[in-house]
Amino acid sequence: MSSSASIPAATAMSVIMLLGICLVGISANAASPGAFGYGTVATPAEIAGWDIDARGTDGLGLPPGKGDVSHGADVFIQQCATCHGTFGEGEGRYPKLEGGVGTLTADRPEPTVGSYWPFAPTLWDYINRAMPFSAPHTLSADDVYAITAYILNFNNIVPADFVANRDSLPKVKMPNRDNFTWTDPRPDTNNFACMKNCIDPKAVKIIATAEGKDLTPRTTGPLDAMKAK
Amino acid sequence: MGRRVDRGSSALPLRNSRRSLLRLGAVVAGGAMLGKAERAAGETSPPGEPEWSQTIGAGVVDRPYGKPSEFEKDVIRRDVPWLTASKESSVSFTPLQSLNGIITPNGLFFERFHAGRVDVDPRQHRLLIHGLVERPLVLTMDDIMRFPSVSRIHFIECPANGGMEWREAQLNSLQFTHGMIGCAEWTGVALSTLLGEVGLKKEAKWVMVEGADAARMNRSLPLAKCLDDCLIVYGQNGEALRPEQGYPLRILVPGWEGNVSVKWLRRIKVGDAPWFSREETSKYTELMPDGKARGFTWVNEAKSVITFPCPEKPVAAPGLYEIRGLAWSGHGKIKQVDVSCDGGINWQTTQLHEPILSKALTRFALPWRWDGKPALLQSRAIDETGHVQPTIAQLRQVRGTNPIYHNNSIQTWQVKPDGSVFDVQLG
Repeated sequence: MSSSASIPAATAMSVIMLLGICLVGISANAASPGAFGYGTVATPAEIAGWDIDARGTDGLGLPPGKGDVSHGADVFIQQCATCHGTFGEGEGRYPKLEGGVGTLTADRPEPTVGSYWPFAPTLWDYINRAMPFSAPHTLSADDVYAITAYILNFNNIVPADFVANRDSLPKVKMPNRDNFTWTDPRPDTNNFACMKNCIDPKAVKIIATAEGKDLTPRTTGPLDAMKAK
Repeated sequence: MGRRVDRGSSALPLRNSRRSLLRLGAVVAGGAMLGKAERAAGETSPPGEPEWSQTIGAGVVDRPYGKPSEFEKDVIRRDVPWLTASKESSVSFTPLQSLNGIITPNGLFFERFHAGRVDVDPRQHRLLIHGLVERPLVLTMDDIMRFPSVSRIHFIECPANGGMEWREAQLNSLQFTHGMIGCAEWTGVALSTLLGEVGLKKEAKWVMVEGADAARMNRSLPLAKCLDDCLIVYGQNGEALRPEQGYPLRILVPGWEGNVSVKWLRRIKVGDAPWFSREETSKYTELMPDGKARGFTWVNEAKSVITFPCPEKPVAAPGLYEIRGLAWSGHGKIKQVDVSCDGGINWQTTQLHEPILSKALTRFALPWRWDGKPALLQSRAIDETGHVQPTIAQLRQVRGTNPIYHNNSIQTWQVKPDGSVFDVQLG
C-alpha cells in the first residue's frame, strides 16, 4: 500500500515542481511590483538629479528661484541672441520667438511664443531642457526664469517689472491658450473606394508640379549642398 | 548572327589556350596577359567572361562588418539642406526608390535629430522609471535585457513626412516626398512589463518619456497606449539599435507619429496629466484654417505611395512593368490598395504581398502595360478600420495648407511620353 501510494506522491511532487516553475513566470507577468527584482530602487537623490520636467498647465516641477526681465535681457543677449536675435526676431532660419500675432489664419502664419505657445511654464521647461542649443542645461534656474521673463516681455505678455518664478509663471495667460484642441478629431476625411468612372475626366487637372522648381536635391552622386531658399 | 558567331569563335580558342597553359603550369603573368586581351574586347556578357569570374575575390573578414556593394553608393540617406537651420536639428530621408520588401536596412533608416546624434556608452547608460509608481527603479542595459523580450515589425514615420507638399508639389523625388519613414524588426521589453515591475499608483494616467540627448526630447503618452503595445527597444533588425535610432535604448510607439518614439531613452515618468512639452505644443501640432490648432494627434493614418515608377526611377520604354509600392497605417493592417493610371478616374485593386502586419509597411504590386502615353499614377490605401486614404484636395478642404504634419494624401506621379516621372498634384 505504501509503495503503491508513493508513486502518485512522487508524480504529484513533480507536477507541483513543474507548476512552481510556471508560476514564477505567471506571477511576474501579473505585474506585481518587484516581481523580477532587476535593477536598483531609485534613491531620492538619483531622481532629483534627472527630474527636470515642469508641466505646462500648472508648472508642477518648476524649481525654486526667480528671474526678472532686465536680467533676462542681459542673459538673452549673451546666450540666445546669436540665433534668435536681440529681441527674438530670429537670425537666418533659426526660430523667431516674437511677433506673428494675428497671423494664424493668414496664408503664411508665424507661430511664435507670443502668437502660438499655449503655456508659459513650457517655455521655462524647454529653455532649461534644451537651450542654449550648443550648451544645453548649463544655465542656472534663476537665469532660465530671467530669460523666460524677458521673452514673455518682448512678446508684450508680461510687464517690464514681471518676475518669473514657480508661482507667477503658471498664472501667465498665454494669448493663444484657448485655441488648441487636445482630442484628435480624425478621421476627418471620408474618401471612399470608388473603382470605375469616379470623376469626370475633364476634372482631372494638374494644378501643381515640382517640375522646374529648383528645390529638389539630387538623388544620385554625392550629397547635395544646395543653398537655403 | 554574324556577330554572335564571331564572338564565340574568338572567345573559345582563348579559353582553350588558357586552360592548356594552366595545365602546363604556365606563369601567372602569362594568364593575366591573356585575360587582359580577352577583356579588352569588353566581353562580360555571355559568351564572354567578366573579370570577376577570372580572379579570386576578397577573403572572409576582409570586411568584418559588411557593407553594400560599391555600385550601390548612390543608395544613401539624403537631406534637403534648405529645410533646416542646422544639420544637428534636422532630418534625412530613406531612399525608398531603391529598396525592396518591407524592411529598411539599418544604415538607410531615416534620421531625425533635435540636438544631433549622440554616441551613448551602454555600460554607463541608465533608465530611470519614477513618478506615480510604487517602486522607482534605475535599470542598466543588462537589467533591461534580462526582462522577457519581444520582437515585432513596425514602421516609424515622422508626421512631417510629406509636410513640404501641403501647399503645393515641391520636391520631385520619392525619397524627399515620402522618405521620412522606415520599417524594422524591433526587439525589446514591453513597456507594460516595466510598468508592472515598478507598480503603478492608482492616479497614474500619463507617461512621459525623455531622451539622453542634449535636447532631452520628451513627449507625453496616455497610459492606455503604453500598456497596449509600446516597446522599450534595444534591437533593430537583429543587431543593436543604430546610434541614429537611439542606441542603446529607445521607445517604440507603434503606428504613432515618430516623434513620440523617443531615442536614447533615459527616463520614464508616470503622472496624472500630460506635460504639454514644447514638442507637443509649439511643434507637432497642426494649425487649421480657422487659426485653431490640433494637439495630441498621434496616429499616422492610412497612407501609400508608388515606389516604381517614381521620379528617381522613370520608365525606360513602352511595355510590361510591375507598378510597385508601399502602404501602411497606424491603425492596424492594410486591407486593400488600389492603383489608378488615369488620375483617379478608374482604379484596380493590387496584390498585397505577405507578410501583412499591423502598423508595418506592406508591399503591393500591379502588372502595368505602359503604352507610351501620358499617365497619372496614384495609389490609395484602405486599412482594416475601413479608412480610405484621402486626396490632397480632400485634406486641404478640412485642414487647409498649414498643418505641416500628417499629410497622408494620395500621391500623383505624372508619367510623360518619354517615360520621365514628376511629382504633381491634381485639382
